[in-house]
Amino acid sequence: MIAFAGFVILWSIFSSIVKTDSVQIPSPHQSWYALTGTAIPGFAHPFPDSISGAEAPYFAENDGLDPKSINGFAKAEEIAEQRYLESQQDRVDNFMEKSRQAAAEGDAEKAEKYKGNAEMFAGKTYSGNKTFYDQIWISLLTVSIGFFIATIVAVPIGVLCGISPLFNTAMNPLIQLFKPGSPLAWFPIVFVVTTWGIDTPPSDSIWQRALWTSAGVVMLCSLWPTLINTAVGVASVDKDHLNVAKVLKLGWAKRIWKIVLPASLPLIFTGLRLSIGVGWMVLIAADMMAQNQGLGKFVWDMYQNGDTMSTAQIIVAVFVIGGIGFFLDRIMLVFQRLVTFEDQNV
Amino acid sequence: MEEAAYFEAINLGKTYKTPNGDAVIVKGFDLKMKKGEFVCVLGHSGCGKSTVLSMVAGLNEISEGSVLIDQKEIEGAAPDRGVVFQAPCLLPWMSTWDNVMLGVEQVYYHATQEERNQIVEYYLSAVGLGDAMHKRPGELSGGMRQRVGLARAFALSPKMLLLDEPFGMLDKLTKFELQQVLLDLWNRERLTAMMITHDVDEAIYLADRVVMMTNGPAARVGEVVKIDFERPRDRRDIMSDPKYLEYREQLISFLEERVYQMDEAA
Repeated sequence: MIAFAGFVILWSIFSSIVKTDSVQIPSPHQSWYALTGTAIPGFAHPFPDSISGAEAPYFAENDGLDPKSINGFAKAEEIAEQRYLESQQDRVDNFMEKSRQAAAEGDAEKAEKYKGNAEMFAGKTYSGNKTFYDQIWISLLTVSIGFFIATIVAVPIGVLCGISPLFNTAMNPLIQLFKPGSPLAWFPIVFVVTTWGIDTPPSDSIWQRALWTSAGVVMLCSLWPTLINTAVGVASVDKDHLNVAKVLKLGWAKRIWKIVLPASLPLIFTGLRLSIGVGWMVLIAADMMAQNQGLGKFVWDMYQNGDTMSTAQIIVAVFVIGGIGFFLDRIMLVFQRLVTFEDQNV
Repeated sequence: MEEAAYFEAINLGKTYKTPNGDAVIVKGFDLKMKKGEFVCVLGHSGCGKSTVLSMVAGLNEISEGSVLIDQKEIEGAAPDRGVVFQAPCLLPWMSTWDNVMLGVEQVYYHATQEERNQIVEYYLSAVGLGDAMHKRPGELSGGMRQRVGLARAFALSPKMLLLDEPFGMLDKLTKFELQQVLLDLWNRERLTAMMITHDVDEAIYLADRVVMMTNGPAARVGEVVKIDFERPRDRRDIMSDPKYLEYREQLISFLEERVYQMDEAA
């Protein structure tokens, strides 16, 4: 707590020093405002221009939130969506009424046509801008896909490496070569693959090509810790446990499922934990480059805006990215504890 | 006429290749056992008795000589030899039940699930774990884990039972309990059993014959002492029997004196 308070104080001092003509490092209060859209009562307003500017009158329509802030923008989108749906509903009602009239007049063809129109409007959904919260979900979705594919690829290869020293020797140079590779270097290659392999989806689908590109980069970068840890885990299965398998003459499938995999699960999960950490870090960069609708794109867009308000939103994003990374790590830690037995040698 | 040997180790030897020449651990180990006989192999720590057992179990390659069980030469490890290790070697991610079932499924692959369940239940109850069948090994005490180890070996209905200092890591009271569990089970099934131990009292109490090994390198059979107590045995009767002290004296004097004379002679 004290450390955090000290951090906030240092941050305030730093932000009052680092200023350019157009932008400054946002203060803690400005960052708070950029998230919530309201100033903390009792303090000077962090963006005095915004309440005296031309947009100020619209605040009231937006529940008093600055629509340029994260929450204010989400609110504005919510209101816009509501209005859009209401107007669509009006049209639906209108056409249904016309359809009933036509039916009463005995014109079945016209009635059918109006009914069709009504159904078309009823099926419409609002495709507005992505809010910060949508982008969090898209980022999580992207990282999950990348991480999931990486796991599916890395665990079997790792098991093979652990079982067969020959295979391990063959794979080792490749692993050592690709492991330290930068995610940014992978990006263009993955981009080519997704452009070749994935048809352009409709623009309102969340399964954009950019999402797959991002996920692909995440996968390539988060593959290695899992692979290496699985290989080490499998190679270092307790000899006693392998003796049990030998004495019982277990077949290879049973040996792997019942002995080798459970015994190396703790190390596999250590690898998965490292992998998801790496994956999440890589994701932000990948999102920026691929223009996937995730947190990386949010940061990039705000950077392009370039004013203090946008920079303040980047600070919020930094905290959120860090928080989610921490949370993902905790989840993996829980799994890791679940599969680790206090006494591995009983 | 003497009964044909059920178990036979002929000129068994183990040599490890090292950069400084060959290390001969065991050499010329000969032993014959009748069906249903209980033999304890006794010797100083590090003399190579565990090496002999792991070769018989098929876990360690045989460098020299051969092992015959029921007239057939062994090749590698197989569930026809139930092994109880010094550490119980249970799989910590499986329940007690599943640990025993793993072996039962391998041996009784033609049996129905119902029959297998009965086998597992029978042996777990027989070692006194009727209440702990679905616990994880981590929840059990050391003695209870080794009971599972015994149940797992017996449940295979092996041709031979191989025990590698199974009670070496237990305290004395638990050891007594488990010796009793082992003897009770053995009395029912009369498996041909070879047990490695360095506990003289344990050897006398359990064995029909005690085989004493010379010290390594190149360990072999030193002396064999026949233990002539009736079965089923009772610990108190045996300990108050004058023969008990005689056997004890014989074993200890070998381990303390004659073994060194034999080493010098060799």
